[in-house]
Amino acid sequence: MADETWKPKILGILCNWCSYAGADLAGGGRIQYPPDVRIVRVMCSGRIDALFVLKCFADGADGVLVSGCHFGDCHYLEGNFKGAKRMFMVKRLMKSIGLDDRRFRMTFVSASEGAKWGKVITDVVTTINELGPSPIKEFNK
Amino acid sequence: MAEKKKASTKKTEAKKQEVKHEAPVKQEAPVKMEAKTQAPAKVPVTTGPKVKPRIGVFICHCGTNIAGSIDIKAVEAYAKTLPYVVHADNYQYICSTPGQKKITDAIKEQKLTGTVVAACSPRLHEPTFRTATKEGGLNPFRFEMANIREQNAWVHMHDKEAATEKAKDAVRIAVAKASLLQDLTPKTVSVEKAAMVVGAGIAGMQAALDLAAAGIKTYLIEKSPSIGGRMSQLDKTFPTLDCSQCILTPKMVDVGRSPNIELMTYCDVESVEGFIGNFDVTIRKKARGVLSMPEAEAKGIVGGGCNGCGDCEPVCPVIKPNPFEMGMKPRKAIYIYHPQVVPLLYTIDWDSCVKCGLCVTACGEKKAIDLEQKDEFVKVKVGTAILATGFDLFPIEKKTEWGYKTYENVVTSLEFERLICASGPTSGHLIRPSDGETPKRVAFVLCAGSRDNAGIGKPYCSRFCCMYSLKHAHQIYEKIPGVASYLFYMDIRSFGKMYEEFYYRIQDEGAKFIRGRVANILEDPATKNLHVYADDTLLNRPVDMEVDLVVLAAAVQPGWDTDRTRKLFGVSCSSDGWLLEAHPKLNPCGTTTAGVFIAGVCQGPKDIPDTVSSAEGAASAASIPIHKGEVELEPYFAMCIEEKCAGCGMCVNLCPYSALALVEKDGRKVMEVTEAKCKGCGTCGGFCPGGAIWMNHFATPQIVAQIDAFFLGGER
Ligand SMILES: Cc1cc2nc3c(=O)[nH]c(=O)nc-3n(C[C@H](O)[C@H](O)[C@H](O)COP(=O)(O)OP(=O)(O)OC[C@H]3O[C@@H](n4cnc5c(N)ncnc54)[C@H](O)[C@@H]3O)c2cc1C
Ligand code: SF4
Ligand code: SF4
Ligand code: FES
Repeated sequence: MADETWKPKILGILCNWCSYAGADLAGGGRIQYPPDVRIVRVMCSGRIDALFVLKCFADGADGVLVSGCHFGDCHYLEGNFKGAKRMFMVKRLMKSIGLDDRRFRMTFVSASEGAKWGKVITDVVTTINELGPSPIKEFNK
Repeated sequence: MAEKKKASTKKTEAKKQEVKHEAPVKQEAPVKMEAKTQAPAKVPVTTGPKVKPRIGVFICHCGTNIAGSIDIKAVEAYAKTLPYVVHADNYQYICSTPGQKKITDAIKEQKLTGTVVAACSPRLHEPTFRTATKEGGLNPFRFEMANIREQNAWVHMHDKEAATEKAKDAVRIAVAKASLLQDLTPKTVSVEKAAMVVGAGIAGMQAALDLAAAGIKTYLIEKSPSIGGRMSQLDKTFPTLDCSQCILTPKMVDVGRSPNIELMTYCDVESVEGFIGNFDVTIRKKARGVLSMPEAEAKGIVGGGCNGCGDCEPVCPVIKPNPFEMGMKPRKAIYIYHPQVVPLLYTIDWDSCVKCGLCVTACGEKKAIDLEQKDEFVKVKVGTAILATGFDLFPIEKKTEWGYKTYENVVTSLEFERLICASGPTSGHLIRPSDGETPKRVAFVLCAGSRDNAGIGKPYCSRFCCMYSLKHAHQIYEKIPGVASYLFYMDIRSFGKMYEEFYYRIQDEGAKFIRGRVANILEDPATKNLHVYADDTLLNRPVDMEVDLVVLAAAVQPGWDTDRTRKLFGVSCSSDGWLLEAHPKLNPCGTTTAGVFIAGVCQGPKDIPDTVSSAEGAASAASIPIHKGEVELEPYFAMCIEEKCAGCGMCVNLCPYSALALVEKDGRKVMEVTEAKCKGCGTCGGFCPGGAIWMNHFATPQIVAQIDAFFLGGER
């Protein structure tokens, strides 16, 4: 079992226009959520290379969250479609190597969905807490 | 172990730094340099690959906003331990003048190559600190922000320890990126001296008039046959009670006359390409079936075209309800909405036209009617655009408990406006639809579908229904002696200038106010009278009120075509569909798409005074880039690292803007970016299997460094 002091390491990669703005809105609304997710901002979820996510897992991340605009709402028309396709591929890849694909989440949060952002983070953190430390950490030792 | 990792990352970072310099050399040529203003001698640090990054970190207290939940001193001490950080400081408000001076001074004194500010969101203050970085003598793009307010201090208010750890991580991630950032020069593009306004209600008309008065050619696009919007359907307007048409018609005429306004009624926006300064918009001119005089002249029909005489209308055999009159008055298949329409041009409703040709004969020599007309497409180029697509009523029949469309004597507020209006279907005599009698007892149901968190209605306040219901009560007292009016309300929102006074005036005129939501309405089948059931929450007793007519102050919702239109312009909306402003307080007319603005009710319910103010605001904002003549675009575009490009062409199809193509170079195929088309989303860069696409400011090595830095937080 994981030791008591273990805290999940989760990275969130967000698009600037919707999800990052939604996360800002959650802040403005003082919506409280668990502090375990670190954030990297990119312009569009289409920018996110599958390798970024896989690198996170290979280096021992317990969870990764990718969040963009709703379909049809991407600031760049369809960057999120193209990005999402890749992300589904990541999920399949994770399954095929026996890594629980619940460790990876792709969500769609708009700039007006501050409350939803709080829920997403809470949900991701809860899931990762349930799953415990990533098994890949053992290999990396 | 952790040590080893750290060291190896440093090495890769150094390596990556070399890689990154392949790209920017190319970038300079097509870009109009704004660096002229930056005397090169003032730049203290060269950008050569040999220079070790020197990063300065500035941590903001934001009063107690951040300092209340995060241990600033601890974050500062930690920042000093990070690779390449040579300077760390904190201040109460870094965005203040002395705060920014700390940045500019440190850049000069410490010979910084990059700056990091840990404060609020980059979506708020990135421009501020970029300017400060530039003033210190660095390229403004050598700045990175760590968001420790919106996404930290404010959302972890009760866990200072965890928030402080998260802030340290955010600083570390930002420093990793800052040490790899490079000089970039914004692209400067010229701005087309023309604007577009979509929707010609009072908001769109006012915006177009202002733009035109400022000397800007303005295309005003309206989907329906006439301009005026909802305001042209109103009888009087609160709180001054001036007649709506009387104050609107002169403006409509001005719009029709203005030489700078190109009015395009019965038109839809079909597609939008380009970006601020150069939007290429395709307009669908829906076939009207009727030629205007200039159109006829263009076709060689001398002296022909529709002059609005109306000879066609009486001969048309088809009778349909007129939507302008809320279906309460008939119209023909060839119609105008009302006598004051602008432009005064008939329109054929193809759905009901039987193509008998009688109107063509009646029109005679004017030859204005073309029963075979087809939609046409027109392309225009504009520098900026304003969306003013207005609202529709919420389909209140969905609230079945109030019986709209089931009971004849339940009407909506817009139907009431037409019934009480002298130019309406009853010439201003308010009647009961069931028997044409004058009602003696009228109930007004406020918040009908608004402020409805539980049901299928709307959660928001529709903002003008309280006030227009007061107005409606006044109007019946004015017209029907001895009438009784009952307003069922939740609370009366009379927030505007002279509104509260208006409320008291209506009370004095005799209106009765019952505080309580109407539970349901039942009809007495014999009399068609209505029983309104509610709980009077002030007297704490149930009410069963028998009335002759019920008026539902129905909630409003975005116009039905708003969603399609906003997507064409890349404008976001809130969960209820209203168009989203860039910032609710500081940028209420702007959107997140540069060069696109919003005005009027399409943003959220507004009465006419607020609508007109917002339209003038939007027009002013939209005229700024046009008057400046050029705008700077963020230089986040893609570049091809040709040595790495395998010429597979996968990226070409990925780009949403067709900015990429394969070209022959030195006997092999490589990808080429058309900078003017690239918007910098990075969809291509996120895919390229060979890593051959360099995304300015979001380059792979920079993001990888951020991910590495995320891990360097130790195992915890
Ligand atoms: C019953 C009632 C009574 C009212 N009484 C008052 C009052 O007394 N005083 C007051 O201050 N306010 C009153 N109001 C509010 C007032 O009607 C609005 O403030 C005002 O009409 C808003 O103007 P607008 O231009 O934003 O929208 P609209 O009037 O809805 O105009 C929008 C225009 O855009 C067009 N359009 C929509 N979508 C597109 C598209 N995709 N492409 C092209 N064109 C498009 C529409 O056809 C329309 O012409 C009342 C409202 C109601 C419902
Ligand atoms: S303006 Fe008045 S009636 Fe309309 S939704 Fe708001 S509170 Fe209800
Ligand atoms: S970043 Fe790539 S995909 Fe996006 S617009 Fe530019 S060229 Fe197209
Ligand atoms: S901009 Fe948000 S997903 Fe493309």
